[in-house]
Amino acid sequence: MTRPSDRYLPFIGVLALVFFWYLGWAMRVVDPVLLPPPHAAAIALWKGLNGGKLYADFGFTIWRTIASILIACVIAIPLGIVLGASERLYRSVEFIIDFFRSTPASAMFPLFLVIFGVGDRTKIYVAAFGAGLVILFNVAYGVMNARKTRILAAQIMGASRWRVMMDVVLMESMPQTFVGLRNGISLALVIVVVAEMFLGSVNGIGHRVFEAQQMFDMPDMYAAIFAAGALGYGLNFLFLIFEKSFVHWSGK
Amino acid sequence: MNAPLPVTDTAAPQRVRQLPGPADKPPAHITVRGLYKNFNGSVIYENFDLDIPRGKFVSVFGPNGCGKSTLINLISGLIPIDGGEILFDGKTLAETRIGYVFQNYREALFPWMTAFANIEYALKLRHVPKPEAQERVRKLVAHLGVQIDLTLFPYQMSGGQQQLVSIMRALVVEPEVLFLDEPFSALDYEMTLFMREQLQRIFEETGTTMVLVSHDLEEAVYLADYVLLLSRRPARIAEYQMVPVARPRNDATLASPDFVELKRHCLEIFQREVRGS
Ligand SMILES: Nc1ncnc2c1ncn2[C@@H]1O[C@H](COP(=O)(O)OP(=O)(O)O)[C@@H](O)[C@H]1O
Ligand SMILES: [Mg+2]
Repeated sequence: MTRPSDRYLPFIGVLALVFFWYLGWAMRVVDPVLLPPPHAAAIALWKGLNGGKLYADFGFTIWRTIASILIACVIAIPLGIVLGASERLYRSVEFIIDFFRSTPASAMFPLFLVIFGVGDRTKIYVAAFGAGLVILFNVAYGVMNARKTRILAAQIMGASRWRVMMDVVLMESMPQTFVGLRNGISLALVIVVVAEMFLGSVNGIGHRVFEAQQMFDMPDMYAAIFAAGALGYGLNFLFLIFEKSFVHWSGK
Repeated sequence: MNAPLPVTDTAAPQRVRQLPGPADKPPAHITVRGLYKNFNGSVIYENFDLDIPRGKFVSVFGPNGCGKSTLINLISGLIPIDGGEILFDGKTLAETRIGYVFQNYREALFPWMTAFANIEYALKLRHVPKPEAQERVRKLVAHLGVQIDLTLFPYQMSGGQQQLVSIMRALVVEPEVLFLDEPFSALDYEMTLFMREQLQRIFEETGTTMVLVSHDLEEAVYLADYVLLLSRRPARIAEYQMVPVARPRNDATLASPDFVELKRHCLEIFQREVRGS
């Protein structure tokens, strides 16, 4: 049973969180310096995004995330297609891909620092590296698991190998490719934010959280955390909508 | 009973069998000679000969796993033959336009295209210019009197509608032969009955040579001009039974003595072949 009022259900959790936050603050469960009231964080968020530093930092993080995803796509999608098209080729590099996919990207920071220095490039490249592996893996699997019957159907209608690849296999791999892209974007954002904290950044949401914490400006820190959350949620949400309309047949 | 049932010659099963029937020995459209196929050492076809007559409907029936699908897949080139020769009017497969309808329509249609685009795609692969292709799809739809909204995507349609789209996609290129591998076995019973009628009508309308694999004997006999009964592996022709029953066939056909007797005869051969000898 779903009632019309059910669409307001998600707000209950939000209200409960705010309520318990106020309660915790009023009862001084933690030092008020560490836990400011929700409205203080909200004001800091509002001010930060309206001409404050947070606004600029928000933009830097978005730009780094998008740049890293674009780099990851340009490399990982064609490579994934090539690897997926030949199962034996994929099997021969599968271990390497799985190994580095399982390696926390933050463990790669020092290596990338040594190679690319402390500029923007390092953060973007590490994120691209992490996201690229996720995308590569998913594209290759999507291509490999293309439905045999559909390929045969195209072949029997007279499609050349090239046509089968372009018209059938690539389309078949789309749903899995999009799963990879969505996961890749989430991962890239995580890596970019962490990199902004520790790789000598002077801007970005990660830098803002870190700096606010260092300066004990707790409302600012919470504001930056929420900004990061909103960014992650928003990117995922936008991408889901795009995905639903683009691979409309997925899961049906 | 008017037509005498042909005598089955089990003594020389590998001999090229003449198509039995009153006055006819219909011209062969597809000739299979000395076909050989094995899967990992287990022989499915060995020195297998078969004629498929032009413009006729042939149903293939036999024990499970005897090689019915394999037979039409070999003829249609979906899997390579290990030996022998298959010709269409003396031409090779590459020189022949064929259509193939898969059992699993869900996995055979392209879900990213509308039903219309699915059908049109077959023509696109044949390099037919787009306006002409669209016109030909419309003509086929009108010709077959199909009442489906072709702007829908396959996953928005019922199973029967999807399979009908598959059949149209196979037919739109005006194939010389249409192969169907258990096309209705994934549908519910009501839809199966409806689709049988559709297929019968399409066959009468187009006169295309059709080869249907079926696991339902009644369906096999009902639709066929000839029922090809295969033995267990390695498959031989146990019987190539003509079905001299007038078309269009309908529910009354199913109850007619001729039909019942033909079906009984086929079943008898089938049971003998399943038990083996
Ligand atoms: N691609 C394949 N590889 C190995 N064995 C196969 C393959 N396809 C079919 N077979 C085997 O060949 C036999 C005939 O299969 P098939 O033609 O599908 O039977 P059916 O008469 O039920 O359609 C079966 O025993 C099956 O297991
Ligand atoms: Mg089969």
